Amino acid sequence: MTMTMASGARRSRSAVAALPRSARIGALILVVLVVVAVLAPLLAPHDPNAIDSSRVLGAPDLGHPFGSDALGRDVLSRTIYAFRTSLAIVFGAVAVASLIALPLGTLAGYFGGWVDQVISRPLDMLLVLPALLLAISLIAIVGPGSLVAALAIALIYLPILARVQRASSLVVSQSGFVEGGRARGWSSAAVLRRHVIPNALGPLLVQAAILAGFAVQIEAALSFLGLGTQPPTASLGLMLSEGRDVLTQAPWVEIFPGLAIAVIVLAFNLLGDGLRRHLDPQGVVS
Amino acid sequence: MSPRLRFVLRRLALTIPVLFVMSVFIFLIIRLVPGDPVRTMLGFRATPANVAQVRAQLHLDDPLWTQYRDWITGVLHGQFGQDFISKAPLGELLAQRIPVTLELTLLSMLLAVAVGVPLGVRAAVGGRWARRLTEGFVVFGISVPDFWLGIMLVLFFSGTMMWLPPSGFISFAEDPGGNLHYMILPVLTLAVAEAAYIVRTTRGSMLGVMGRPFIVYLRAKGTRERSIVYRHALRNAAAPIATVIGIQFGVLLGGAIVVETLFALPGVGRLIVTGINQRNYPVVQAGLLVVATFFILISLITDVVVGFIDPRVSDRGQS
Repeated sequence: MTMTMASGARRSRSAVAALPRSARIGALILVVLVVVAVLAPLLAPHDPNAIDSSRVLGAPDLGHPFGSDALGRDVLSRTIYAFRTSLAIVFGAVAVASLIALPLGTLAGYFGGWVDQVISRPLDMLLVLPALLLAISLIAIVGPGSLVAALAIALIYLPILARVQRASSLVVSQSGFVEGGRARGWSSAAVLRRHVIPNALGPLLVQAAILAGFAVQIEAALSFLGLGTQPPTASLGLMLSEGRDVLTQAPWVEIFPGLAIAVIVLAFNLLGDGLRRHLDPQGVVS
Repeated sequence: MSPRLRFVLRRLALTIPVLFVMSVFIFLIIRLVPGDPVRTMLGFRATPANVAQVRAQLHLDDPLWTQYRDWITGVLHGQFGQDFISKAPLGELLAQRIPVTLELTLLSMLLAVAVGVPLGVRAAVGGRWARRLTEGFVVFGISVPDFWLGIMLVLFFSGTMMWLPPSGFISFAEDPGGNLHYMILPVLTLAVAEAAYIVRTTRGSMLGVMGRPFIVYLRAKGTRERSIVYRHALRNAAAPIATVIGIQFGVLLGGAIVVETLFALPGVGRLIVTGINQRNYPVVQAGLLVVATFFILISLITDVVVGFIDPRVSDRGQS
């Protein structure tokens, strides 16, 4: 028991070391960001919503490294809290989409035939609208809000992730060891659980990592349009929309949240591209 | 019938059910609003008589399939219904808005292709520096959100340098020069990310082709490198590039919504966003219908073009 655990730990450590440098940098940035998001109340130097009339559009200084906004709120603290909002929405959306896409895609790829038709055709219908438009249609129906934005992102990603999982499960289903499992008289459920899912999971993870980066952008775009997170909650997109009004007097209100988005997207992309080489040898991910 | 013609016809036939499903989906949007959509549109002060009147005006009390039939018949005749607030016919409104969105997306795509394809080729066949620089550009273009880039461009070109207007619009018919002047920043904003994707695909596709035996043969034959790269390799690498251009066109239509709002361009995207904020459902429906139709037509055109560039794609449809 101890031995298997130890070898398992060693294997995972060497697996991390074997990743390309870009993926390790991406993963490192993400870990830092997640820690910042989780520890936001400890790390933020000020209350993100504290209005200070003496510091309206204050320039960056030692106490307020990112300056303050039109209501005198500290931009650094708001950016840290906005990380929290954005990451929560993005992780939630991608996790929900992946968890639904995993069984649907696996079944469609493994069984094919009518099962595939019943699962894949309705999902294809979600792809008839451009991504942002699909999100906006959902928001038009339900009304704006962070939860709706997260659901909208999950809805955009569901067909993409299911398609990747279907392709990867199709490839794995044709391999010898799956045939072997069937020959041994295992039930479909056992073959799926023990052979297909563990071997077909890689591309889904890669695609999820890449999509998570874009989810940050979609969430920001929706909030920027006033269709996502609502004030006074700090959200990166909302901060960009507020900063636009004071752009010439106080560019720092605008610059830092935008850079924050770019850093998150970059980190997810580095991670996804690095993982791709390891976990997607067949090139299933587009 | 030639295989290519058959391929085109098959693809056309496949488009019809997609258009139908899309139209049903958009038709249902207003019907799916929780509670009474009319009450949401009119606000809390609406009297029951008001509500009943608007319900009748929007034909919300007819059977669902009659509503859909009437709506889609109207749309096919260019009658999209009425703006709920201004009472203007939506057909005319769309006729003013569509050209703005089309100009924005087409100019952005032209710029992205004109910059992206040559850069992608250089990245594939050029030296280490060409490769590094283009890789940097790709990472930048993909990571930076387009609307933030747009705001930074405004900060620099309108704020600091005062060269270009920060927002606004003049129609092309009124003043072509002024129109382009106002279009520079929005087009640039949208084009950067598109160009980044085109560079990435062009580079990958060119790298694959440059490793193939016929390139070695052409070199051995003494063909000039320039002609190998641009006449022979690029032609063979064109199908994936055309595919990504088509896909990115769809992304552009989405991006146009944000960029039009950012630069106050009176296009379809801005129409949809203001429509949602005002709970003006007929406007939202008409706008979504137009953009989704463009999206579907573009993917049709892309598939047909790719089928012509690479006959293997259209031949595969036969077997």
